[in-house]
Amino acid sequence: MSATQTDGADRAMAGKTSIAQCWSCQGPVAQGQSFCPTCQAIQPPGNPEHFAQLAMEPTFDVDLAQLEQNYFRLQRTFHPDSFAAKSAKEQEFSLRHTTNLNDALKTLKSPVLRAEYLLQMRGAPAAGGPEKTVNDEGILMEAMETREALAEADSPSDVEAIVAVAQAGILDCTTDLSVAFADGDLTAASALTLRLTYLFKLDDEAAQRARILSRSA
Amino acid sequence: MAPLQIHEPGKTPLPHAKDQVAVGIDLGTTNTLIAVAREGRPEVLRDQNGHALLPSVVAYTPEGILVGKPARHALLDDPHNVVASVKRLMGRGAEDIRAVAGSLPYDIDTPNDDTGDGMVRLKVGGRSLTPVEISAELLRGVAARAETSLGHKVDRAVITVPAHFDDAARAATKDAARLAEIEVLRLVNEPTAAALAYGLEKGAEGIYAVYDFGGGTFDISVLRLQMGVFQVLATGGDAQLGGDDIDHVIAEHFMQERIASLGASTLSAGEARMALMSARLAKECLTTEVTGNWNLDAGGEQSSHDLDRTTMDRLIGPLVERTIDHCRDVLADAEVSSADIKGVVLVGGSTRVPLVARRVAEFFGSIPLVDIDPDEVVALGAALQAEALTVGSDQLLLDVAPLSLGIETMGGLVEKVVRRNTPVPAAQYQEFTTYQDGQTALMIHVLQGERELVDQNRSLARFELTGIPPMVAGAARVRVTFMVDADGLLTVRAEEATTGVQQEVAVKPSYGLNDKTMAAMLRASLENAQGDMAARLLRESKVEAERIALAVDAALVTDGDLLSDDERTVIDGLLAAMRSAVAGEDRDAVEASAAAINQGTSAFAQKRMDRGIRGALTGVSVSHLAETVDSGAKT
Ligand SMILES: Nc1ncnc2c1ncn2[C@@H]1O[C@H](COP(=O)(O)OP(=O)(O)OP(=O)(O)O)[C@@H](O)[C@H]1O
Ligand SMILES: [Mg+2]
Ligand SMILES: [Zn+2]
Repeated sequence: MSATQTDGADRAMAGKTSIAQCWSCQGPVAQGQSFCPTCQAIQPPGNPEHFAQLAMEPTFDVDLAQLEQNYFRLQRTFHPDSFAAKSAKEQEFSLRHTTNLNDALKTLKSPVLRAEYLLQMRGAPAAGGPEKTVNDEGILMEAMETREALAEADSPSDVEAIVAVAQAGILDCTTDLSVAFADGDLTAASALTLRLTYLFKLDDEAAQRARILSRSA
Repeated sequence: MAPLQIHEPGKTPLPHAKDQVAVGIDLGTTNTLIAVAREGRPEVLRDQNGHALLPSVVAYTPEGILVGKPARHALLDDPHNVVASVKRLMGRGAEDIRAVAGSLPYDIDTPNDDTGDGMVRLKVGGRSLTPVEISAELLRGVAARAETSLGHKVDRAVITVPAHFDDAARAATKDAARLAEIEVLRLVNEPTAAALAYGLEKGAEGIYAVYDFGGGTFDISVLRLQMGVFQVLATGGDAQLGGDDIDHVIAEHFMQERIASLGASTLSAGEARMALMSARLAKECLTTEVTGNWNLDAGGEQSSHDLDRTTMDRLIGPLVERTIDHCRDVLADAEVSSADIKGVVLVGGSTRVPLVARRVAEFFGSIPLVDIDPDEVVALGAALQAEALTVGSDQLLLDVAPLSLGIETMGGLVEKVVRRNTPVPAAQYQEFTTYQDGQTALMIHVLQGERELVDQNRSLARFELTGIPPMVAGAARVRVTFMVDADGLLTVRAEEATTGVQQEVAVKPSYGLNDKTMAAMLRASLENAQGDMAARLLRESKVEAERIALAVDAALVTDGDLLSDDERTVIDGLLAAMRSAVAGEDRDAVEASAAAINQGTSAFAQKRMDRGIRGALTGVSVSHLAETVDSGAKT
């Protein structure tokens, strides 16, 4: 394993100077460091920010291959399997670190969750508000029409056509979202995030419908 | 607030001699196996006759407890004293068993005194036993075999469970190990263990499916194997579907034929078992033969039954199609198509049924892989994982939660908190609120399963969160956090967020041994339980003292210059005192010496902290610190 392991939390603290005490040797540990420099004991995880946690730049345009590579590398470092022979306390810290890694991966891997998280990080109101109510007329109309089409679709090829529309929409919407985030246009990003949520839902429902049709066939 | 523990947290593992290996155990419905791995090479341990499979059968005879082959021989002669397929009852409640009791080859006990744990108890050999106790006998039996060939006591193991085992069944498996005095290093899902054995041996890379059809359970998992990472993408299956069910279908067919020729009659428990046994023989025979004839003997009347493979395929077809439906769902969950699957690994005795192998090949469009004996591959994988956990390794297993976990909400609906196929360990929370003005308590009902309604899911636990300050309805914010660990076991924590009031909550697991019952069982099984407990506590204190000694040593190397000669002498003296205490057998002395070190080094710790903070302020040693941390990170 690489000797220059930096876990994301380290970078979040760069610039700030805050010192915590190692639970094992009682010595100083820079806050956010995951292992004690003196006795090497694993430290409890801080309050992690998902991008830093997985050592990624906080951007919408996440390199998924890089994300996964970082995730695997960090899992190897922190996974409970590596601490099975250690004390109960060390096992608990390892569990908490890996739980955070899984949480971060889940958020960053999904374009919708990632966009919502970025909006929240940048202080924009959550897409659709806390209740996630859709108040965009255009989306509502479109959703109603495609749902109807989906309910009426009774051949796999009908459903496939809807899937194709959804997937093309997802592609376009993701591109627009990337531009909006790059321009710092949070209002546009927020609206697009809502649209993307709807498109994924549609894609999901279409896939489900396709499965039902293939089963009864 | 202290987290609410449905399960006991992992205790600190104890140090072991180097040559004391940890084992892998496949605790199967039909057969139990034990294996060890050394330097990445796993091997199944056999009995004197070279048999790897220990039939999962326990006989309670007046002469004592028999396990394995001899117990299986007693199954027909002495059905009331013998238990088979007990794994199917693990973690099941008395209620859900009673509902189907008529069709099961067990004598279910209905104790008068309520033991309060809701667990099934079986009447066997004049005793009333839980599946946990019976499984513990199987573990003891297989451990005894290993002890003969290894020459040391087996006290640490990786135990496999069906991926679809729910929380109660997993907890029951851990309890069985505890009764057998085996520390569970990890519960590993059976298909994951099989993938591990297969992937390491074959150097496989890519997406693979593991189709595991055993005696009592069916699992299908899709994994991605790359550079030593075994990542489960999705898992599906049915913890109550196996070869036993195939036997049932065939036995019912025989019974219908019998009723047609001899008229209706009821079978005794022994005769029912005999019919199941004949059905199983017929099934296994028709794996290689195309037709055969079997006799049923009951109530002094014999009936003769012809069965050919085509007829059997028709009878068992619906069961096999159920497994294929699960395969379809799991591919969708994993977001892959059958064309993406590089190979299908077959695991479990029921994959020998020709119809099964054929349908799997058709569905995945490829010839299944059987390079490693499908009976042994799970135990081999468990052994590899046991070695990885104790000695270390480059492989990494990333598994998922097989079933969704949720909470009962208004109207008997389930709100999912952790969705199935979420990578574990995982923690997710959901907020709930009160629905009446001034409500000060909230009932929390934890459920596992995929269905919408409470009644259709498995109830895991109920508890009450009390002490919520009176507020108007809907104002309280109760955050319920579910944490699933690497064993797939759940811990639930609940807290009221608006006030931050710390509350203690009590939990009553719906099905599981409570501590009192467990303690009583442990006492009954260990004559010298008292002595063992003391020895364990002593060893734990020593482990802790040794950790402290290492930490102080490390601190002295880095920051020893902060101490005057006199101060250094004092600390060295305390360290020496602790080391001699650790060499002795007096737990109080060990703990006292550890406390003395903690006290005697507190001034030193303060100086070290001061230096660290000073350094941080000048900005010099923070980067130095960061460098040391980086290179000191766990490698
Ligand atoms: N030749 C065969 N043909 C058909 N079925 C067979 C054959 N050999 C074994 N079986 C069946 O395989 C089942 C046992 O398989 P296995 O030993 O893999 O189960 P297990 O690991 O004990 O169970 P589980 O994994 O479900 O807990 C039994 O139902 C048995 O009848
Ligand atoms: Mg099995
Ligand atoms: Zn330390």
